[in-house]
Amino acid sequence: MSETVESVSALIIQKLLANPKVPRDIDGNCKIMEDLAFDSLAVMNFVMEVEDSLDVSVPLDKLADIRTINDLAACIVDLKNKG
Amino acid sequence: MTSLFSKFEGLAGALGSVVAAGGRNPFAVVIEKPISSTVGVIEGRETLLFGTNNYLGLSQSERAIKAAQEAAATCGVGTTGSRIANGTQSLHRKLERQIADFFERRDAMVFSTGYQANLGMISALAGKDDYLILDADSHASIYDGSRLSAAQVIRFRHNSPDDLYKRLKRLDAPNSAKLIVVEGIYSMTGNVAPMAEFAAVKRETGAYLMVDEAHSFGVLGEHGRGAAEAEGVEADVDFIVGTFSKSLGTVGGYCVSDHPELELVRLNCRPYMFTASLPPEVIAATGAALEDMIAQPELRRQLMDNAAHLHAGFTKLGLNASKRVSPVIAVTLETVEQAIPMWNRLLELGVYVNLSLPPATPDSRPLLRCSVMATHTAEQIDQALAVFGQAAQECGVPLQPCAA
Repeated sequence: MSETVESVSALIIQKLLANPKVPRDIDGNCKIMEDLAFDSLAVMNFVMEVEDSLDVSVPLDKLADIRTINDLAACIVDLKNKG
Repeated sequence: MTSLFSKFEGLAGALGSVVAAGGRNPFAVVIEKPISSTVGVIEGRETLLFGTNNYLGLSQSERAIKAAQEAAATCGVGTTGSRIANGTQSLHRKLERQIADFFERRDAMVFSTGYQANLGMISALAGKDDYLILDADSHASIYDGSRLSAAQVIRFRHNSPDDLYKRLKRLDAPNSAKLIVVEGIYSMTGNVAPMAEFAAVKRETGAYLMVDEAHSFGVLGEHGRGAAEAEGVEADVDFIVGTFSKSLGTVGGYCVSDHPELELVRLNCRPYMFTASLPPEVIAATGAALEDMIAQPELRRQLMDNAAHLHAGFTKLGLNASKRVSPVIAVTLETVEQAIPMWNRLLELGVYVNLSLPPATPDSRPLLRCSVMATHTAEQIDQALAVFGQAAQECGVPLQPCAA
């Protein structure tokens, strides 16, 4: 697998910045709900976009443990490695 | 010390601004007195009801009222127990047989609410090695059922059989059972599921299929069995769940299936086992309302005619109504600042609809959600349309009329 937490985190940030409402100065340590003001539905919909870019599915129960962009990236890398 | 209630501060602020923008709390409307299935007294005024999900008007069924009175007189007003203890009377078994026969299925389970039917079936069926594959716009009861289950939960894009197929293929879990959950009609938008295409995906991937026909039971299909009947794919549906609190006008939920293991689900289903069963009068009224529905197929035709009437009227006014005509017609507005005054004005002018605000709406825009009834008269629908036109104008909601 070629993805690393850094590369996935960079891809997530790139996707987030495509949304003009997202602050410009985000990094991997930003908390998705608190810092980006995403509600639970927005988080689930955003994760769906990331899933399609990386051809992976993130089960909803895993989302409960994810706070930051790097948490999401680490979860995705873990799922990809298991696959 | 941290307050238990500090987590509600955001909500309190949001509710405060909704009340400040319109003058009343839209989530605390009281129907002081129901006058008929279509008219109720709200704030002392006779108000047209266009937001009650009472699609066939059977909450006021004379046959059901009489059955409830007789059952209360002969069996009492409550069961005081769970279905698996002392809470099953012969009326409960009779209703289960009636529901199973109506759907032409082997057996039925009756739950105390529709919410519990989804909560119970999903959590009982999907174990820790299984996958639940949910439509992204699923009702809260489906999401909550998936949280109560130990299964892995995957969402697919709303009403997209291609996306469902892609996500099932991506799983690569040959030893796990997969349960797809979709709804016949989506409660907020009125969108109808492409059931034939979902059934094809189910067949090809070997998954199980559950359909929540809560809003399509009594509404779609030649006999009113829902979206699966309407598209001729009932044989592909493993479990149909639904509610009595829409078309049948009472309360309660059900699941029907041909799988003989449904009998074992009764003993593995916490929302069925650990709650009191429905009281005799509700069970009797539900059975009578079902008889009423079967005896009057014309109600379903009238309902669809009325839905088409209201939908055409919204389009003519230039409001952005749901694309497909169904008894749930959502008028989408662009901003919450338009939606709150408009909803308040509609109520002041004598029309009750449901106000749905993001994030409870699918695409972050507010909805004025209307539900049509078979018992609405043409005059009542025209009156509601006139009120919508007036309220939109007074509230500065932009209209884009099309040729009728």
